[in-house]
Amino acid sequence: MSAMRGLGIRALHHELAEGRLTASDLIQDSLAAIETADGRVGAFLHVTRERALTQASAGEGVSGVPAPARGLLAGIPFAAKDNLCVEGVPTTCASRILEGYVPPHTATAVRRIETAGGVLIGKANLDEFAMGSSTENSGFHPTHNPWDLTRVPGGSSGGSAAAVAAGFVPYALGSDTGGSIRQPAAFCGVVGLKPTYGLVSRFGLVAFASSLDQIGPLTRSVEDAAIVLQGIAGWDELDSTSVQVDIPDYLASLTGDVAGLRVGVPAEYFETDMDQGVRDRVMEALDTLRRLGAEVRTIRLPHTRYALSAYYLIAPAEASSNLARYDGVRFGVRANDAPNLLAMYERTRSAGFGPEVKRRILIGTYALSSGYYDAYYKRAQQVRTLIRQDFQTAFAEVDVIVSPTTPTPAFRFGEKADPLTMYLNDIYTIPVNLAGLPAISVPCGLQDGLPVGLQLIGRPFDEPTLLRAAHAYEQAAGFSGLRPTALGEVQ
Amino acid sequence: MEFETVIGLEVHVELRTRTKIFCSCAVEFGAASNSRVCPVCLGSPGVLPVLNEEALKLGIRAALALSCEVRRSSKFDRKNYFYPDSPKAYQISQYDEPIGERGCVVIAGTSAPRSIGITRIHLEEDAGKLTHSPFGDASLVDLNRVGIPLIEIVSEPDLRTPDEARQYLEEIKSILQYCGVSDCRMEEGSLRCDANISLRPVGQATLGTKTELKNMNSFRNVVRGLEYEQERQRAVLMAGGAIVQQTLRFDEATGTTIVMRSKEDAHDYRYFPDPDLPRIELTQAYLDARRAEIPELPAQMRARFEQAYGLPTYDALVLTSTQRLARFFDVAASQAVDPKAVSNWLMGDVLGYLKEMGEDIDAQPMRPEQLAGLLRLIDDGTISTKIAKTVLRDMMTSGQDASAIIEQQGLVQISDEAALREIAERVIAANPKSVEDWRAGKEKALGSLVGQMMKETKGKANPQLVNRLIVDMLRD
Repeated sequence: MSAMRGLGIRALHHELAEGRLTASDLIQDSLAAIETADGRVGAFLHVTRERALTQASAGEGVSGVPAPARGLLAGIPFAAKDNLCVEGVPTTCASRILEGYVPPHTATAVRRIETAGGVLIGKANLDEFAMGSSTENSGFHPTHNPWDLTRVPGGSSGGSAAAVAAGFVPYALGSDTGGSIRQPAAFCGVVGLKPTYGLVSRFGLVAFASSLDQIGPLTRSVEDAAIVLQGIAGWDELDSTSVQVDIPDYLASLTGDVAGLRVGVPAEYFETDMDQGVRDRVMEALDTLRRLGAEVRTIRLPHTRYALSAYYLIAPAEASSNLARYDGVRFGVRANDAPNLLAMYERTRSAGFGPEVKRRILIGTYALSSGYYDAYYKRAQQVRTLIRQDFQTAFAEVDVIVSPTTPTPAFRFGEKADPLTMYLNDIYTIPVNLAGLPAISVPCGLQDGLPVGLQLIGRPFDEPTLLRAAHAYEQAAGFSGLRPTALGEVQ
Repeated sequence: MEFETVIGLEVHVELRTRTKIFCSCAVEFGAASNSRVCPVCLGSPGVLPVLNEEALKLGIRAALALSCEVRRSSKFDRKNYFYPDSPKAYQISQYDEPIGERGCVVIAGTSAPRSIGITRIHLEEDAGKLTHSPFGDASLVDLNRVGIPLIEIVSEPDLRTPDEARQYLEEIKSILQYCGVSDCRMEEGSLRCDANISLRPVGQATLGTKTELKNMNSFRNVVRGLEYEQERQRAVLMAGGAIVQQTLRFDEATGTTIVMRSKEDAHDYRYFPDPDLPRIELTQAYLDARRAEIPELPAQMRARFEQAYGLPTYDALVLTSTQRLARFFDVAASQAVDPKAVSNWLMGDVLGYLKEMGEDIDAQPMRPEQLAGLLRLIDDGTISTKIAKTVLRDMMTSGQDASAIIEQQGLVQISDEAALREIAERVIAANPKSVEDWRAGKEKALGSLVGQMMKETKGKANPQLVNRLIVDMLRD
C-alpha cells in the first residue's frame, strides 16, 4: 500500500525530514502506482523511470534523508506536461511530428524544481501542442478521467490533471493558454493554478500562443499549489516576457481569513448556457465564502461575449507562426518521399499534425494574411484590450472574481465532436488569459459523481490574495480531500 | 525619347557585436559550418529570443549617424516564410515601426552634391546560408549566420545613375565604419545590397515599373548590374515594350541579369508583432548617450580638412576613405608646417608602401607624430627629399624616429659649402667632357655632374646647393 497517498507536499517533506520515508520510497511508490493503473488512465506519454531513481538516490545522500535546507520540493516526485522540454528526455507535445525529438535544453520551471531536489517521474499527455479541451487530440492515446474512465479528463493538461487525481504524483506542471490547467483540474477534482502572465518563465515551454501561454501547477490542495508556485515563479533572463517582480511568500498568504474580502460574481458568466448542477455548486461555494465573512457582489464584464472570438483569432495566429518550424528540416519527422522542398513541407506537415492543429494553423494563417490582418488579428487585439479593461474596472471594486471553471462537468469521449461546441467549454477561462490575470480552479463538490470546479480570478501578480481566498474556501468546503473511486484498489 | 533612371537601394549591414542578436552565440566570420549555433538560434521547440542590447545600441547609433529620427517606442515583428535558411520559419524583423526613419546622406553626385533620402532603418536577424550542392540534389545548410544582427537601410528612390548608387554605398560604408557599427566587408557579406531600378521619360513625375536586382557582391558589380539593367530597360521601352515587375539576379560571369521570380510569386509574409519580445522603449537620455558615441563623420572631416588644412577636395576625399587614415593625417598635419606636404606624403609614398606591404595604416609602426618629424627634417634641410623616402620606409618597418635613423646611418645632408666646393672642383676636373658639353649649351651635362656629386657624397649632398655651386663654378 502506498506510503504517500493522500499526503500533501508539506506532509511528505515532513516524512522525509523525519527519516520515515526516503526519496526513493516516494519514487518507487509513484512508479508502482503508474504501473498498476496508468494502463487504464493513460496519463503519461513517457515515464522517466531510470532517471528518477538515479536522481532520487543521488539526492538522498548517505543518510537517505534529503537536507531539510533543500526545501519542501526536495525528494518529491512530479510530472511535467509533455510540452515542457527536459534535456535528454523525449518531448513530443503529443504530436507525431515531434516523435523522437529529444531537446538539448530544460524548461526553466522544470529546472528550478529539479534544482530544489524535485524528481521528474514522467511526461504527461496533452492535446497535441496543447490545442484542445479533452486530451482527445493527443497524437498518441487519449487520457481517461480517473473519476469515470468513460469520460475525458479535460485538456489540454489532461495527463497532468489525471496523474494527480489518480494519485500517481503529488503534483504536476501544466500549461494554460485558454484554460488548459484550470479546466482539466476542474474535471479531475484537483487544484489548478494559472499564474499571472510573466510570473513564471516560459523558457522551455513549447509555444502554442506565446502571448497567452503560462506554466502552472496542478495539485491536490491550494497549499501545494502555493508551494509549487514558490518554486517556479520569478524572473528569468531567458524569457524577455518574464517580469522582474518581488516574489512574495505564498505560503504565508494562506491565513484562512477572508473576512471583508470583496468577491465579484460576473453577471455575464451566469447568462451563458450553464449546467444546473454546476450553477448549484458555485452558488453553494458563494454561500460558503459569505459565511466566512467575504462580501459577495455582482459585477459586470461587458465584453465577455467577444472573448471566445478574439481568442480564436489571436491564439491560432500566434500558433500558425510558432508551429511553422515543424517543417521536417531540422527535427522530428520528415516525409522522405517528396520530390522537392515544397512537397517535403506539405507531406511532412500533412502527416505530422492532427486535425485540430491543422484547423488552427489554417485559421491563424488566414487571420494574418495580407488584406485580412486589420479585420481579424488587429481587431481581436482591440477586443483583448477591452476585455483587459473590463477586469481593471471590476478590480477597482472587488479583490477576487469567482465563477465556475467550466459550464459542465467532465463529458464523455466523442461527446463534443463539433469544434465550436468544444471551444465553448473554455468560455469562463479564456478571458483570464486574454487579460493575463492569475486564476485558480478548486474543487467545489460533485455533480452526479463528477467533480465541479470553482474558478477564482485575481489581480495581476496578486497571487497572495487569490491563494488566500481559494485556500480559505477549500478549508471550509473540504472538497479537495475527495478522491476518485474508478480505479479501485490503486486509490 | 529621353529617359531618366531612378534607383533605390536596400542595404543590409551586419552589426559588429560580439554575440548574436537574440542569443549568446559568438559572431565570427569563417567558422566551421554549424559550429556557432545554440538551441535559440536553431529555433528548437520551446526556446525564446532575448534582445542583445549591444545590437540595439549599434542600430540606434547607425540611425543617428545617418541623420534618421529614432523612434522612442518601437517593436519587433515576425516575418513568416518557409525556407531552410530560417529554422524558425520566421525572421524577427521590424515591420511598421522601424527604429529609424527619414534620414539622409550627401553624395558628391554627378555634377553637384546631392542629398539622398533614407526611408527607414530597421533591426533584424540574419538568415542562414544555403549551398546548393554540386553533388546530387542535396542542399547544404549552414546556420552560423542565423541570428547575426543586421540593420536594413532603405533609401528613397533618389539615385539617378549607377555611379551615384556606388557613391551612396561608399558613403554609407564609410559612415558606418567610422561609427564602429560594422566593418562593412562586402566580400564577407557584412554589407549586402539589393537595388530597385526603373526608368521614366524625362519630366514625368510618376515612377516607372521597377525591377529588383539581387546578388551583387561588390560595389563594382552593383554598378555593372545597374548599368546592364538600365540599358536593358531602355531597350525594352524604346522598342515600345513594357517592363515586367520582377526580381532579378545579377550573374557575375556573364554580366547580365536573370529572372528569379515575378511579382505574382511575391510572398505574403504575414507580419505580426512578435509576442516573445517586449516593446523597445527608449528614454531621451538613452538616445543622447548613443549620439555621444558618434565620432566625427567622414563628411565633417572632409570639410574640416579642406578648411583647416587648405586641402584640395580630392585629397580630403582620399584621406578620409578610412577613419584610421584620416586620424593619422589629422595628427600629422596638426604638427607639420605644411599640411599639404603631409597629404602628399601620405597619399604618395605612405599609401604606396602600405599597398606593397598589403597592410593598413594602423598595422605599421610609424606614428603620425613621427611622419611630421620626418617632414620637419626635410624642411630644415637636414635631409633631402630623396633620402627622406628611404628613411620613411625604414620608419614604417622599424617604427624608429627619422632623426634616429638618419643618425645611425649617417644620412645627414651635406650643406657645408666649402666641403661641397672641394668635391665639386674634383668632379669638374675629372669630367672635362661634361664641362665642355655644358659650355656648348647641352643642359643635360649639368645633370651628369650633379649625379657625380651625389655619388661622391652617397646622396647626402644638398641638391639645391650642389646645383648652384656647379653652375657658379662652371660660369667662372
